[in-house]
Amino acid sequence: MATASASKKIRESAGDRFFLAAVYTILSLVLLVVLYPLVYILSSSISSPAAVTSGRVWLWPVNLSFKGFEALFRTPEVMTGYGNSLIYTVAGTIISVALTVMIAYPLSRKSLFGRGPLMMFVTFTMIFSGGLIPTYMVVKELGLIDSRWALLIPNAIWVWQVIIARSFFQSSIPDELLEASEIDGCSDLRFMRSVVLPLSKPILAVLVLMYAVGQWNAYFDALIYLKTANLFPLQLVLRSIIIQNNSAGGLMDAMKMVERQQLAEQLKYSLIVVATLPVLIIYPFVQRYFVQGMLVGSVKG
Amino acid sequence: MLPPLLFFLLFKYYPMLNAVLAFKDYNVIKGIWGSPWVGLKNFKLFFDNPIFWSLLKNTLLLSGYLLLAGFPVPILLALMLNEVRGGRFKRIVQLVSFAPYFISTVVMVSIIMLFLAPRLGFANLALNALGMESVNFLGEPGYFRSIYVWSDIWQTAGYTAVIYLAALAGIDPTLYEAAKVDGASRFQKIRHVDLPGIMPTIVIVLILNVGNVMALGFEKVYLLQNPLNIVNSEIIATYVYSIGLLNANYSFATAVGLFNSFVNLILLVLVNSLAKRFSSSSIW
Repeated sequence: MATASASKKIRESAGDRFFLAAVYTILSLVLLVVLYPLVYILSSSISSPAAVTSGRVWLWPVNLSFKGFEALFRTPEVMTGYGNSLIYTVAGTIISVALTVMIAYPLSRKSLFGRGPLMMFVTFTMIFSGGLIPTYMVVKELGLIDSRWALLIPNAIWVWQVIIARSFFQSSIPDELLEASEIDGCSDLRFMRSVVLPLSKPILAVLVLMYAVGQWNAYFDALIYLKTANLFPLQLVLRSIIIQNNSAGGLMDAMKMVERQQLAEQLKYSLIVVATLPVLIIYPFVQRYFVQGMLVGSVKG
Repeated sequence: MLPPLLFFLLFKYYPMLNAVLAFKDYNVIKGIWGSPWVGLKNFKLFFDNPIFWSLLKNTLLLSGYLLLAGFPVPILLALMLNEVRGGRFKRIVQLVSFAPYFISTVVMVSIIMLFLAPRLGFANLALNALGMESVNFLGEPGYFRSIYVWSDIWQTAGYTAVIYLAALAGIDPTLYEAAKVDGASRFQKIRHVDLPGIMPTIVIVLILNVGNVMALGFEKVYLLQNPLNIVNSEIIATYVYSIGLLNANYSFATAVGLFNSFVNLILLVLVNSLAKRFSSSSIW
């Protein structure tokens, strides 16, 4: 390895070296452009409210202060939202992963009766849908409007995840394995439990992560199906406070006008951090799985 | 296997049946099937409405812009990353550029709004520091499309690049050896080995993107929308939402939505057959 790179260095022409330098420069710029807004927001969330509103924060925190976060924890809407989001994420992920495996595994078996048409049946929903209103009417008919189930069930299966899982099962659990177990007198359920699931840990990790992040970040279903504020997930609370600029009610009455405005402004940065940090902290450790999942998915099956 | 099939029937196929609403005059008491048929009245109403052309224009301009600007960026990013051999730098760039993908739409729009706020936003503070006037970015309809497209690229380029990187990793190493023996420069290598190598992937991603032209993300447009920029930001999807769910005009909104789905389906089939003719890759 070392000798190979050394010999490459010798052969590298001036043009190539220039080219490579340009590549490094551009990539460094990309790095900066992506990273800067994130750092800026994090810094703003832990600077003093006065520094944020007078525009003195450029890169690093100014006058370190955690007032924004303190205020956040005293805001009931935010805490309820956080709790709700946790519930939706955990419950939604369990339901989604279970359903996805239940459809993806049979579809991966060549012995399945009517496998081709079934696959069509599933993938067709990817390219054509009844639309927003007809779907809404179905959810309404089922009486799911304004209930937690509305966020867990109607969007439980993503076809893309089914495709990814199916390709995985197809390539890593050969039919011969099933035959061998059948000869040994193993039931289908037992086979699922003691052979398929233990062998499928990587794909299960991918499914769990994708669905969990999706649930945590979702807001559209909550927007159209929920009416009771107590059921709102964090993203909806966020939208109301930051985008619609409704300052979190009743939290800061005792404070002076100016201070209140400053804090309301800074609260927004803290909120963004609180809503995004869980995902971004876990992400570097699980990036491997995400990439893996995408690679499996890009193999045409 | 039964529960997932039930799911697809109930939440995907049943709504397709319900879409007959588009050909009816919906009446709450009579329900979907009891309501009277009105033929193509709702569609006619939509096509004759002057808003039809502005919706179509806004939808196509926004997604066209996104396609033109957003499609090449991840390819370039992947090609550049591929030139960097191993090492920490490559890993860091990849890790960081992938990260915004996990930011939710709500947070993304929140960040945009904080950065572009008329008074205290970062962009305007920077402009002021350079001695320039503040600009109300989100209040100017003219900026809307650029804000949408470039924030989207910021968020997804790193993610999409991973797909291309995977394709690059699958290129036969002997091709590089041959190029080296022939004395190809890095740039020539990219042009004659890398690009042809990932062409099938490029075509497939392109097909998927074009297939999404009409299915433009409702969520982000809706959140970025305000009364000041609505002339450019009202697209078909947001119109369906406001007419259907906010004004409860179910039949009309269903017709508009159905029109959208159909155009989308036709586009997808068209692009796929084009891709089949001009290269060997297609999605079916």
